[in-house]
Amino acid sequence: MHPTEAFSKRINKALANHQARLSLRDTMDRLKLKRQQQFPDKQQLDELRHAAKSIRQKTLNRQPDLLEQLEKKLTENGIQVHWAENPEQANSIIHEILNKAEARKVVKGKSMVSEEIDMNAYLEKRGIEVIESDLGEFIIQLAHEPPSHIIMPAIHKNAHDVAKLFHQHFPELAYTEDVDELTLSARKILRNRFANADAGISGVNFAVAETGTLCLVENEGNGRLSTTVPDLHIAITGIEKVIEKLEDLPPLLDILPKTATGQTITTYVNLISSPRKPHEKDGPRAVHLVLLDNTRSQIYSCEEFIDTLRCIRCGSCINYCPVYVQVGGHAYGSTYPGPIGTVLEPQRIGLKQMGNLTSACTLCGACAEVCPVKIPLPRLINQLRAESNNSEFSKNRISGKGSLRKPSEAIIWKLWSATYAQPWLYSIFSWTATRLRFLAPSRLAGWTKYRSAPKPASRTLHEMARQQGFDNE
Amino acid sequence: MSKPENIYFFGTCLIDLLYPGAGLAGMQLIQREGVNVIYPQNQTCCGQPAFNSGYRDQARDVARVLLNCFPKNIPLVVPSGSCAGMIKLHWPELFKNQPEETAVKRLADQTYELTRFLVEVLEIKLEDLGTPLKVAIHTSCAARREMQAAAAIETLVGQLKHVEKLEQHNKEECCGFGGTFAVKQADISGAMVEDKTRYLKDTGAELVLSQDCGCLMNIGGAFDKQGNSPATQHIAEFLWERSHASD
Repeated sequence: MHPTEAFSKRINKALANHQARLSLRDTMDRLKLKRQQQFPDKQQLDELRHAAKSIRQKTLNRQPDLLEQLEKKLTENGIQVHWAENPEQANSIIHEILNKAEARKVVKGKSMVSEEIDMNAYLEKRGIEVIESDLGEFIIQLAHEPPSHIIMPAIHKNAHDVAKLFHQHFPELAYTEDVDELTLSARKILRNRFANADAGISGVNFAVAETGTLCLVENEGNGRLSTTVPDLHIAITGIEKVIEKLEDLPPLLDILPKTATGQTITTYVNLISSPRKPHEKDGPRAVHLVLLDNTRSQIYSCEEFIDTLRCIRCGSCINYCPVYVQVGGHAYGSTYPGPIGTVLEPQRIGLKQMGNLTSACTLCGACAEVCPVKIPLPRLINQLRAESNNSEFSKNRISGKGSLRKPSEAIIWKLWSATYAQPWLYSIFSWTATRLRFLAPSRLAGWTKYRSAPKPASRTLHEMARQQGFDNE
Repeated sequence: MSKPENIYFFGTCLIDLLYPGAGLAGMQLIQREGVNVIYPQNQTCCGQPAFNSGYRDQARDVARVLLNCFPKNIPLVVPSGSCAGMIKLHWPELFKNQPEETAVKRLADQTYELTRFLVEVLEIKLEDLGTPLKVAIHTSCAARREMQAAAAIETLVGQLKHVEKLEQHNKEECCGFGGTFAVKQADISGAMVEDKTRYLKDTGAELVLSQDCGCLMNIGGAFDKQGNSPATQHIAEFLWERSHASD
C-alpha cells in the first residue's frame, strides 16, 4: 500500500473510534490545564524557555567535542561507551553485551530510542525476555502495541481496556477496573521481575559531558530499579542528548516535567555516574552506554533542520496539537507522533515514506508556542512540504526529496499562480466568479461533507473600492 | 508609531471574492479616523496557499506582484492575521537571497494586522449604536500566534457597551481550516470543526467573530450545514455596523 493511502486508512480508523477520541480529548485537556498551572507567569515561562533553548543550542554548537568529552569521562568513571550508526548496529551491540553476561531476562525502563530501533523484537527473536517496567509500556506490551505518545505510551487505553488486558494475561488476578488496584497488581508482578532480572535497559534524558553523568527522570521508580537492581545496566540514547555541564541540568530539569506533565518535579531524578564501586553494597557491576546516531548526524549537517535536535522529548507539542487530539498517536504510523514526529520522521526515515505526515498539520503554531526549547516546528513542517515537492529546493541531505510531487497538484498551482500573478487575468477571473456566482458548486469533495460550500459575493472588493473612490496608488 | 497620513490596504483574495463587505468596512473604519486609505487595484494574493502547500516558486511569483503594489514607505494594513503573517514573517523567508529581499524586509516592518492597527496605532474609540448582543470571539491561529493580535480584538469588542463577550472551551485551539489542509485531510479537518462549533454553540453566543475569513468560512460553513447555529461575521464589518450611524 502507498504510504499516503496507508496513512489515510489509519486516520479514518482513528476518527471512527469515538470512545477513544473522547477519552483522549479529556486527557489532553487535563494535561494542558496542568501545564498552564505550572506557568502562571508568562514572562517567567519565556525566561525558562529561553534558558532551556540556549543550553540546548550551545550544546549543539559544540556537539562533536562534547561527545568526545562525554566518552572520555564516562570511560574514566567505568561506564563503557559504544557507538552505533544505525538500529542494526545498536541492537547487535546490546545483544552482544547481554550475551557475554549470559543475560536472558531483561527489565526495561522507558526508552523511545529503544522503540526507534525496535529493540524488544530483536532481542526476543534471539531468546531474550524483555519486560517493560514503565506501567504504560507494560500495558501496551501486553497489548502488543507500539506507544501512542512519547511520554504516556498507553494514553489511548482506558481503565476498562487495561482491566481486560490484565484479566487476559493474569487470570489468577480478580477482575477489577479500579485504577489503584490495577496499579498495585502491576507493581506486584513487576517487583518479581526486577528481582530476577539479569540486566536492566534504560533510556537517558541528558548525558553530562563534563562529569560523565547519565540523567534519567521518571515517576514510578521503575527507572531506578532497572538501573540499580540487576548486575548489568545498559543505557541507550541518541547522540543529541549530550549536554555540556552539570550546571546546565537544573534549568532543563525544571522545565521538562512542568511542560510535559504539569509536575513541578518528577518523582525520581536519577544521576548515574558509575557502576558499583568496590566498597559499595549495591548497584550494577557493569554499566554501558550505547550512543545512537541513526541519521542525527545528517540532520546536524542541515542548517535549516538542526533545530530538530534541540528536542528534549517532553511531548508538549503533542499535548497541544489539535490534530493529535483527534487521531491519536497510532494514526501517524511512526515511532514519534505529533508535531515532533512530523518533523523528525521524514528526516529520519525519508520523505517518500514519512513525508505525508506533514499533510496532517494546519500550521496553527500551538506546538511551537509551548515547545520548551523553541523548535520552530510549523516552519520546519512547511519546509518539509517544499522538500517533498521539489528535489532541488535545497541542498539539505534528506532522502526522498521531490518524491511526493504529484503532477496533478503541480498543474493546479501553476494555473493558480498564472492567474494570481497577472492582475488583468485575475480581474477577469474574479469578475466571472462573482457574476456567475449562481454556478458555484454546492458540493466540494471533502469540504461539503462537513460544511456548506462558500459562495462568491455579488461583486469584488476591487469593484467596491473603485466605486467608493479609494485611491489606487 | 503616530497616526499616518496614508496607508495601503491589502484586502486579501478570500475577502475579495467571498467577503468584500469585511474589506470595505476595514477601509471605512480607518478612513473615519482621518487616514487616507490606498487600495491598489493590482493586488491579488499574498501567495500563502501555495507557500503552505510546498510550492514556493509559485507563491513567490504571486507575492512579487503584490509587493510591487506597495512601493511607498507607508504602513500596510491587512484585515487577516494569516495574510498579514505571511507578509510580515514568511515573505522574508520566501524572498531570502532574491533581488526583492530588501524591499520585502521594509514592507514586512510596516505590515499590520487590522485590529492591532486600530487599537495601537489609531487608538480608535468606538461608540456602540447597536442593541444588546452575545458574541464569542475566535481569534485565528495566525492572528494569535504570528501577529499577536488576540488582545486587540478583545479590546475592540470590549469597547462596545451593549455587547457581551462569552468564552468558548479550548478557545485557543485551531478551528481546523489550515488552507489546503481542509481538503487534503478533510476528515481530520471535519472532526476539528465539529469540536470547534460545539464549543462555540455551548456558549450561547448569537454571533461568532474572527479576524480571519478562512476561519469564518470554515466555522460559518459548518454552522450553516448543521443549522440552528450562531451567525458569523468578520470583526471589521461588525465594528463598522455597530459604530456607524446609517444615514
